[in-house]
Amino acid sequence: MNFEFTEEQLMIQQAARDYAQRELIQDVLERDEKCIFPTQHVKNLAELGFMGMMVDPEYDGAGMDTVSYILAMEEFSKIDASTSVIISVNNSLVCYGLQKFGTDEQKQKYLKPLARGDYIGAFLLSEPEAGSDATSQHTKAEDKGDHYLLNGTKNWITNANSATVYLVIAQTHPEKKHRGINAFIVEKDSPGISLGPHEDKMGMRSSDTHSVMFSDVKVPKENRIGEGGFGFKFAMAALEAGRIGIAAQALGLASGALERSIAYAKERKAFGTEIANHQAIAFKLADMDLKVENARNLCLKAAWLKDNGKDFRKASAYAKLYCADIAMEVTTEAVQIHGGYGYVKEYHVERLMREAKLTQIYEGTSEVQKIVISRKILRD
Amino acid sequence: MKILVLISNVPDTTTKIRFTGDNTAFDNAGVQWIINPWDELALTRAVELKEAGSVEKITVANVGSKLTEATLRKALAVGADDAIRIDSDPKDAYFVAKQLAAVSGEYDIILAGIEASDYNGSAVGGMLAELLGYNSVSAVSGLNIEKGTATVNREIDGGSQVLTIAVPVVLIVQKGITKEPRIPAMRGIMMARKKPLNVVPPIEADEKTVFVNYELPSPKAACKMVDEDNAKELIAMLHEEAKVL
Repeated sequence: MNFEFTEEQLMIQQAARDYAQRELIQDVLERDEKCIFPTQHVKNLAELGFMGMMVDPEYDGAGMDTVSYILAMEEFSKIDASTSVIISVNNSLVCYGLQKFGTDEQKQKYLKPLARGDYIGAFLLSEPEAGSDATSQHTKAEDKGDHYLLNGTKNWITNANSATVYLVIAQTHPEKKHRGINAFIVEKDSPGISLGPHEDKMGMRSSDTHSVMFSDVKVPKENRIGEGGFGFKFAMAALEAGRIGIAAQALGLASGALERSIAYAKERKAFGTEIANHQAIAFKLADMDLKVENARNLCLKAAWLKDNGKDFRKASAYAKLYCADIAMEVTTEAVQIHGGYGYVKEYHVERLMREAKLTQIYEGTSEVQKIVISRKILRD
Repeated sequence: MKILVLISNVPDTTTKIRFTGDNTAFDNAGVQWIINPWDELALTRAVELKEAGSVEKITVANVGSKLTEATLRKALAVGADDAIRIDSDPKDAYFVAKQLAAVSGEYDIILAGIEASDYNGSAVGGMLAELLGYNSVSAVSGLNIEKGTATVNREIDGGSQVLTIAVPVVLIVQKGITKEPRIPAMRGIMMARKKPLNVVPPIEADEKTVFVNYELPSPKAACKMVDEDNAKELIAMLHEEAKVL
């Protein structure tokens, strides 16, 4: 066992911390309030290499490991989970999926600009009637010989408007059920694609979420990922890796709320002393710290397994489930510790609490993670 | 032009300062080390000038034990081409200046932060210039190099001065030299692994300082409020308690 980080991992953590605490913090409240997409930040983060962190340098990525990615995601998410979800979707769903399953041509054409951050990617799986039940895809991809014809609607799509490249999951052979599903690389400006209105969300308001409608959208055959019928497996494999990113995001929300709570408790006085000296608050902080520590360890274990080519599927479900649940608990306690100040936007913790709620819902709800874990322990 | 940037390895500015050995030594247990913030600004400016094509090579140098290598590695990630670590504890300013003088020969411009955030001595830059027999400019808040000529801005009382300077020179830089310290990009972090970090033995040098003991500043006393109608009490307190009257 070795719990030490390498010099490089620490440098990446510090770089992410510096960017978050120096730059993201500047306009995070305004972007949250007015739902402004962090265009300039994404550009800066791309220049620093954070949009394609784990992609092989051969495809213009930074070639870093998943542990470094966890450390960076935590730091960004302490300050701004809207920006970190843009990073997470691009890195651990889109780039990961393309790097692992794309052809060399697909990688040259799409992965390289995605890894450089010239393009932003989006992952289109959820539908109005297919969320957790991802096998019931209604979006159709009709095989027309040299191309596929896409028709249908996708929901809750992160980066829907800002993306250049979509990875779309759609059904080609409904009779084959999930074995008839395919995954496609679709350029967002293809004729026949239209967006629904910007979703007015509770949290993560600075990331753009829309529904996406496909009406007779032609997709070249060479843009299918993997063999015919590989789409469902592709989506599940991408989500298994993506979960680690969202787990780290939830971890960051919790640890960010904890840091703010410790600082506040040491300053705020009540009954003649700092509130940190009251056991009611000190014990809350102890519980929060323990949860954050457990969450971090679960994230890092999942990342370590992935980096070492071992099966990380159960570990990533553990991490996603636990981190999301404790993010909700810790941010809620952070608001409580801050009292009235916690309920106003200036102190940030109410925003962290709003953002934490989504981590229990997207990229596999907490309930879905329990399905994954229980199947693993009962079947294996 | 070749630039040498002097790097102090200092505790993170949020470190809780503690002492050991009956207050005779700084307790570095659990301390996170960083590039001295002024040195980081100097390094960032050097990298900007290199990117603009007016600097050919940037070296960073530090006097310190192996522990300081992480800090030097970060300087390489930010954009220095190579690093020199003089393998000794930085005993005092004179000792450090002597060590640095021994490796400074080939550089046209030597950048030193105006002070280091640990001991705030503001001594090494000036001493180094003296030991090398170079000119030095203090309080430099701007540096440009065009067609081989270096121009510096210098803060003076009530304004600023613009100087063109002959090299070699030691520039003692402060805030304003660049906007913000550069965050290393992932590519830089990867490249830092392969850049040379040369370890050289220290030369013989005296120490001119004896560290007797350390003391923490006394804790801030609680604020006492005096009623606005009670000037007498205020005067008595200033006289007897604060002893400033």
